[in-house]
Amino acid sequence: MSENNDGREKPERTGAQPDAAQPDADAPSQAAAPQQPEAHTEAEPDGRGPEDSGRARRAAQAPAVPDTSPRPHPVDDGPTSSQARWATFRHEMLTGSWLLTLLAIVAALVISSVLIAVADADVRASAGYFFARPADLLSAAWSSIAGTYVALFRGSVFDYTVLTGGGVAELGRAISPLTKTMVEATPLILAALGIGIGFRSGLFNIGAQGQVLMGAATASLVGFTFVPPGTGPFSSLLHLVLALGAAVLVGGLWAGIAGILKARTGANEVIVTIMLNWIATYLVAYLLTTAVYRVQANRPIAPHVAETAELPSLLGSWSPLHWGFPLALLAALGVWWLMERSTIGFQFRAVGANMHAARTAGISVNRVFVMVMVTAGMLAGAGGAMQILGVEGTFRASSAGTIGFDAITVALLGRNRSGGIVAAAMLFGALRAGAALMQTVADTPVDIILVIQAVIVLFIAAPPLVRTLFRLPDPQRTRVAARAKEATR
Amino acid sequence: MSVSAPTRPTRDPVLLAPISWRTPIIMTVLAALALFGFALFTPAGLESTIELTGASAAWQLPDLVIGSRAAALALVLVAFALAGLSFWTAQNRRRSMAVPVVFGICLVFAFLIWAVAGNASGLPLPFLLSTAMTAALPLIFGAFAGLLCERSGVINIAIEGQLLAGAFLTAVLATVAGNAYVGLIAAPVGGALVGLILAVFSIKYRVDQIIVGVVVNVLVLGLTSYLFSTVLSDDPLRLNNPPQLPALRIPLLADIPVVGEALFNQNIIVYAMYAAVVALHIGLFRSRWGLRVRAVGEHPKAADTVGIDVNRTRYRNVVFGSAVAGFGGASMVAAGLAFTKEVTEGRGYIALAAMILGRWSPTGALAAALLFGFADSLNRVLNNIGSPVPYEILAMLPYLATIFAVAGLVGRVRPPAGAGKAYPS
Repeated sequence: MSENNDGREKPERTGAQPDAAQPDADAPSQAAAPQQPEAHTEAEPDGRGPEDSGRARRAAQAPAVPDTSPRPHPVDDGPTSSQARWATFRHEMLTGSWLLTLLAIVAALVISSVLIAVADADVRASAGYFFARPADLLSAAWSSIAGTYVALFRGSVFDYTVLTGGGVAELGRAISPLTKTMVEATPLILAALGIGIGFRSGLFNIGAQGQVLMGAATASLVGFTFVPPGTGPFSSLLHLVLALGAAVLVGGLWAGIAGILKARTGANEVIVTIMLNWIATYLVAYLLTTAVYRVQANRPIAPHVAETAELPSLLGSWSPLHWGFPLALLAALGVWWLMERSTIGFQFRAVGANMHAARTAGISVNRVFVMVMVTAGMLAGAGGAMQILGVEGTFRASSAGTIGFDAITVALLGRNRSGGIVAAAMLFGALRAGAALMQTVADTPVDIILVIQAVIVLFIAAPPLVRTLFRLPDPQRTRVAARAKEATR
Repeated sequence: MSVSAPTRPTRDPVLLAPISWRTPIIMTVLAALALFGFALFTPAGLESTIELTGASAAWQLPDLVIGSRAAALALVLVAFALAGLSFWTAQNRRRSMAVPVVFGICLVFAFLIWAVAGNASGLPLPFLLSTAMTAALPLIFGAFAGLLCERSGVINIAIEGQLLAGAFLTAVLATVAGNAYVGLIAAPVGGALVGLILAVFSIKYRVDQIIVGVVVNVLVLGLTSYLFSTVLSDDPLRLNNPPQLPALRIPLLADIPVVGEALFNQNIIVYAMYAAVVALHIGLFRSRWGLRVRAVGEHPKAADTVGIDVNRTRYRNVVFGSAVAGFGGASMVAAGLAFTKEVTEGRGYIALAAMILGRWSPTGALAAALLFGFADSLNRVLNNIGSPVPYEILAMLPYLATIFAVAGLVGRVRPPAGAGKAYPS
């Protein structure tokens, strides 16, 4: 019967202005809700007593419960509407996708903590005499887990250890990890945008890795061979635009191969893009042994790009942030416009939703295949160029890292939407940025990052699982129940 | 319209699909390229040496020594003849896989003769085929896993993760038990656990199957790499030092020249693979189980209507298929090699390609996987004995060939119609 406590204490509040009548109860938690995931515990002091998530679930389901409790004012609409409003609000909070995302991240961190603790040498040593001194095990586990996550945070968001007292320069050094996160996110955003376009158009493009690599190779080639006429900012801009443009072009062409083959011969794009990844890998490895990249003495590393081709720093020398990040955000905006507001984007989505219907409606499905792949390749190529022109400067076979594969996960996490992809790329960028410090300070291998990433995406992809784990209400079931109650009333 | 109806039923030419000339044209172009690349520009005096029997064969054949240019020319001419034959079969609307396959073998041998022309050490053909088999094993089992899952309607992108999990468990448990066969028992368990994740998320929670597959790959890669860098690296001798799986030599059969070593002097995984091919082929296409699985994969609603439990079939197939992939993963550490980070090196994705190239059939997948394995081992062998082609270009060739095959020879392949869609329980 606990779910009716809310109902019992509210009847005296008239239904005329329920919001004004209980400003102390609802308003703070409402205001706190968007930022504070723990809004429920924050909202406790208003007299409703401690609420665990199980009770929250029952409370949210309150409208669905048949009338087993005495209703003080059955005819008065006021308390029920207030009660319903509160229930609706709580229901929305508990079923919102942001909460699921947050809980998925929490669950991923918890699961990874187990791994971190298990692999820690001190923990395993103290597990040997667990029954003699259990506190040792717990403290060893705590120190290894906390050490790892604190190092991850310091390396990716805010390094408080450099703060010794005052000075703007010191503050800059402290938030420099955050800008590093942005730098790491830049190529991920671009490549994932391309993959997201593919997913929404029904094409599974595994080839971002190859496209990133080709883009990086091209940017490097143009970056160190081309000599811009004259000097000054204008010639630098010309060089930069040329290098970036060439990378975009080559990335687009590389992916376009898969699109054209799919359109012309029906070749499965999954196979072709996998094969193109390998071909790109070996092609680049081969070119790095030849005179094309002016390689000296069997060192397969290209020369550093000219200074004119480098992406200028955005904030100054204290931070690695370069102009690629705003460009990537601009690209996200452009992709949003392309997919949501343009005719071409509509055709893309139509093909993705139902290829046959799109064809019947007069959309050239084959042209869409080619266009989708070329667009995806252009974005991925730009991502590769960012890595060379903004970060590394010199090109080598490993320059693309695992950007192309990580971008698939980023696109999945961001649900293929521009905003989601930027957010997901920031998260993954943070994990990548913090990994190095985590390995050196906490001695936790960087591979744990992969586990965290995978578990987050798995949980986010399966909302029912997260709901079961955290005992949250199922939006559909409660909606159906509410409707059933409306009908029986 | 004329009143005179045709006296005998003739096939309306309009209803026939237009003749596809793509395959014969591609074959002609490839033969022409081979003519210039491998035959005409080879200096006249060179000879190619090819070993025909391995060291352990009971009766030894002398090495085959032939004039490089003449032999390559002869093979290319055969290839041209086959291309002509292909024009004829296309004209008569016959489909033949034999012609392109023999054509491919001719070109490969023309290439081999050209590549070892004038090379004193000669090409160790039995060794080449034997390592090709070893290299193909994970691909074969991976492709089988893929088709077991997809035939029941679940796309299995997680082959990579299943291979990796199988290899990891094999290496660890074989080391701990000190017995390579214990590792073989552990391998399918590793694969099946990964498959269970795939099954639960894609069948129960109805998450997009491709998403789950990709993510599971990342998860397994992360888990195994993490455990490798922490637990296994702390004590590699006691945890990551698997014994070698012994080769079981079948007498007489292993003495067959050229192919004997490759087929009949191998470890037990290879023989298990033979059994798997036969069992899968008969099971899928000739048994009640296979009919049900294919029905679930092609038209789940129809299968449900006649009383087949769609999701239970899918669960079983995904877990069983993943166990098969895990078993294949054991072959990567069977030679007594320690587990390393990402020991699969993307073989799961190649297995996926082999499955599609083989059109979701066990024999087709086997052929495609063998092709990849052969290319891989050829590259290593040629790199060892010294070849005129840079390593990277040669390594690129099988992938290029796959694109050609997918675009030209195979064309529009059709996956099981129900694959990729969750079925409401």
